[in-house]
Amino acid sequence: MDVSDSVLVHLRHVAALPDLTATRYELESEIGRGGMGVVYAARDRQLGRRVALKILDAAMAGEPQIIAQLEHPAIVPVYETGTLPDERVFYAMKLVTGARLDHYLSGSPSLAERLRVIRRVGEALAFAHTQNIIHRDLKPQNVMVGEFGEVYVMDWGVDAIVGTPAFRAPDRRLDRRSDIYALGALLQFMLPAAAPLPLSAIADKAMKADPGARYPDVPELLADIGRFEEGLAVEAWSEPLWHRLRRFGARNAALLWLLTAYAGVKFLLFFCEIFKGIAADLETDGERSQR
Amino acid sequence: MNKILIGLIVGLILGAIDGATAWFYPETHSMLAGIMVGSSIKGMIVGLLTGWFARRVQSMTWGIAVGSACGLLFAFLVAVTDTVNGRHPYLEIMLPGFVVGAIVGFLTQRMGTSGLAKRGAL
Repeated sequence: MDVSDSVLVHLRHVAALPDLTATRYELESEIGRGGMGVVYAARDRQLGRRVALKILDAAMAGEPQIIAQLEHPAIVPVYETGTLPDERVFYAMKLVTGARLDHYLSGSPSLAERLRVIRRVGEALAFAHTQNIIHRDLKPQNVMVGEFGEVYVMDWGVDAIVGTPAFRAPDRRLDRRSDIYALGALLQFMLPAAAPLPLSAIADKAMKADPGARYPDVPELLADIGRFEEGLAVEAWSEPLWHRLRRFGARNAALLWLLTAYAGVKFLLFFCEIFKGIAADLETDGERSQR
Repeated sequence: MNKILIGLIVGLILGAIDGATAWFYPETHSMLAGIMVGSSIKGMIVGLLTGWFARRVQSMTWGIAVGSACGLLFAFLVAVTDTVNGRHPYLEIMLPGFVVGAIVGFLTQRMGTSGLAKRGAL
């Protein structure tokens, strides 16, 4: 690459940058780029804070209106929306510092922590469904885990989005059950290699090819995860007897120990009594023989 | 079901079973009915107290601790008033009473609904 080439590349890069002169934002750096647009870190000059600025392709212009309806702790809030001189729509939102879910998992979090994250994602999804909004493209790249453990679901669905193959339901028409499929796929993705069988069964049920065989709604799926966490039987799996016994033992370990202690105490006292009787008999026999 | 009611039922059943184990001692056969009734009443009092405690404090550790303390106390009171061959059977009554109290404490924490939870739900 000679000098003229590098100048050309630079000019192309500068030309591609959004013109924010008419806005209150000052561009800092590019954070990410996807099918829906580009996300930049920017500074809000009026409020003196950093924000995430998403510049949308024209086709996705409805996205900020969708997100603005979703006021939920696990959904990144939209601060402002506007239009650039080149007619592209932008919106400013909270800048989340943390790790994308796929990167976060490389830190090998505990199973309880993984389930906490999936629960938060599920809660956001359940809330969106009550607002008649579906995500359409739930995948690890669209979930952020903040540095204080906060979880955010991002890139909420726009009609043009049809999902990412590994997380996309094989349904012709995307609806809530398609989101449930994606949540199941996300759960499966998040589970460690030697995942407990009930959790794998929950993911499998959520990912059934027949939408009618999946969980009817997200709260049902979360309830099944909750049952697993409490040591109860999950609906998605008809557990064999050995597993039921093991689960009972784990759930009632203290009770089993106490019952064993009670039986031990009773046996000990009973045999002490027998030995006392034998000792008394021997003593009596000894006294008789001495006489 | 109310935790106090759970405590009463569990205390009654476990107390009766604990009293029934006296059957293994032939010299008590004539007094077995009285022992079972007394043990059941003791179990119910322990159940009542641990159930009342479980309504206020949701802690398995404390539930077991309070249950075993109540079981030990009431077993001591029974042992003090009882004599077998001229001596008080402290060990024979207090040791099982301690463990039965712990079991009642565990079960009142695990089972039943607490009054506080009900009020919270409202």
